[in-house]
Amino acid sequence: MIRFEHVKKRLGNRVVLDDVSFEIQKNETFVIVGSSGAGKSVSLRHMIRLLTPDEGRVWIGDDVVSEATGKDLEKIRSRFGVLFQSAALLQWLSVADNVGLPLQEKARMTRAAIHTKVEETLKMVNLEEAHDKLPANISGGMQKRVGLARAIIMEPEIILYDEPTSGLDPVTSRTIDQLIDRLRRGLGVTSVVVTHDLHSALAIGTRIAMLHRGRMIEVSSPSEFIRSKHKEVQNFLASQYITKDGEWEVEKGESKVWRSKV
Amino acid sequence: MIGEAFLSVSSIFQKRSRHEVMYQLYITGIKSLGVITVVALFTGMILALQTGLELRRFGQEVNIGTAVTVVMLREMGPFMTGLIIAASVGSAIAAQMGTMTVSEEIAALEVMSINPVRFLVMPRLIALMVMMPILTVYTNILGALGGAIVGSTQLGVAFTAYFDNATLYATNKDLYVGLCKAVLFGVIITTVACHQGFSAKQGAVGVGQATRKTVIISFLTILTVGYMVTRLFYQ
Ligand SMILES: Nc1ncnc2c1ncn2[C@@H]1O[C@H](COP(=O)(O)OP(=O)(O)OP(=O)(O)O)[C@@H](O)[C@H]1O
Ligand SMILES: [Mg+2]
Repeated sequence: MIRFEHVKKRLGNRVVLDDVSFEIQKNETFVIVGSSGAGKSVSLRHMIRLLTPDEGRVWIGDDVVSEATGKDLEKIRSRFGVLFQSAALLQWLSVADNVGLPLQEKARMTRAAIHTKVEETLKMVNLEEAHDKLPANISGGMQKRVGLARAIIMEPEIILYDEPTSGLDPVTSRTIDQLIDRLRRGLGVTSVVVTHDLHSALAIGTRIAMLHRGRMIEVSSPSEFIRSKHKEVQNFLASQYITKDGEWEVEKGESKVWRSKV
Repeated sequence: MIGEAFLSVSSIFQKRSRHEVMYQLYITGIKSLGVITVVALFTGMILALQTGLELRRFGQEVNIGTAVTVVMLREMGPFMTGLIIAASVGSAIAAQMGTMTVSEEIAALEVMSINPVRFLVMPRLIALMVMMPILTVYTNILGALGGAIVGSTQLGVAFTAYFDNATLYATNKDLYVGLCKAVLFGVIITTVACHQGFSAKQGAVGVGQATRKTVIISFLTILTVGYMVTRLFYQ
């Protein structure tokens, strides 16, 4: 569905992506983890041609998105819903208008139909009450969820989530995880999720990839991921108290309060 | 970019775009009115005082009516309005577009295949192209009025004599060339501001830089283009 072929990208004087190749299957939830500045957001941007590779290609289905322009590009992009890291809401539009914007601009629907659809989508992200507020007047976590609602309202085939749960409380985070999982199971959506939260990565990912300094050092199923031999992966797991058995380990104590699905 | 903005002008017939254009007209026009009033009045007053004092040496002070009005119509009206709008509205546009670029809002629009030029530039372009000549007329009137005030209080030129003199020599061409400049300045300000905003670099520093550059580049372009238009029409 999405294929990176030896993608190399230089930004400023840094090589941000260095010979990155991987393939994401249809109906997968592909999770990308990695430390700050590893190139996760840059990878996502390549999938929708907000950035183009210096070398290599990015395929979406049978199209090379990295070389598409005009109508072709528009067609490829219409298959995507994107939640940006910064939520990227238009500041002068209300929450409802932000969420309804793609419908208003792209779909031939009546006002009432749009309204109903917006209500429905806001409900999916637990935000019915924020309807008329401006983005500046809601919390960062709420803005993130509005961005999420806007990303899914067109019912796209592929959804890119850049840190969907950062800045959210644990309970809301799990709601978002469940939503992502539901979209995959129910509607066959293909998702790419960038996250720092390994617990949600293990919970929702069909495969997990780790980017480290612009290189993809690990791509594997969650159960293989936590047993990875890579030092960086093990460090990353340890930093969130996850052991090789996929269990919580609190300060090397005995309390094992969490058991992942693996 | 500007070509694209003109091409998308047809979308003004959509209700949503029309609403946005009206809003931009409002903020461009109404919000700068205060500053423009003060600047226009004083420009006229200064012009009248300086030329008046010189003309008085030849006993020609009654001609300040023409001097002030013609200079306002041809040069100072559009020029002053252009500078004020560049500094206030242009910088605000650059800051807004810059913030939107930095916070990925422009990227989000592109991914939704909503053309940022049609969605953001077009309404602002129209607003400035319409408002610049209107504000220039306003500047001209106030400038002439400022001249008249100085004329009657400092130089002993009566209001009626001042305006008779002004209407005798100022031509329609002076007005049209000035307004033509005003429209052109509107295009310049929007283009520079949007272009700077869209190419803003990451962070608040980038936005600040885009704003600063907008003001400087607009000023310089307004000056040079103003001169060239004058050259073109008054050989
Ligand atoms: N437009 C740009 N110009 C120059 N450098 C850039 C640009 N965008 C990103 N970079 C650099 O590329 C690297 C990777 O950035 P990216 O945004 O992909 O990181 P990330 O993995 O998403 O990190 P985070 O978890 O903090 O969001 C960073 O070092 C960043 O400084
Ligand atoms: Mg990022």
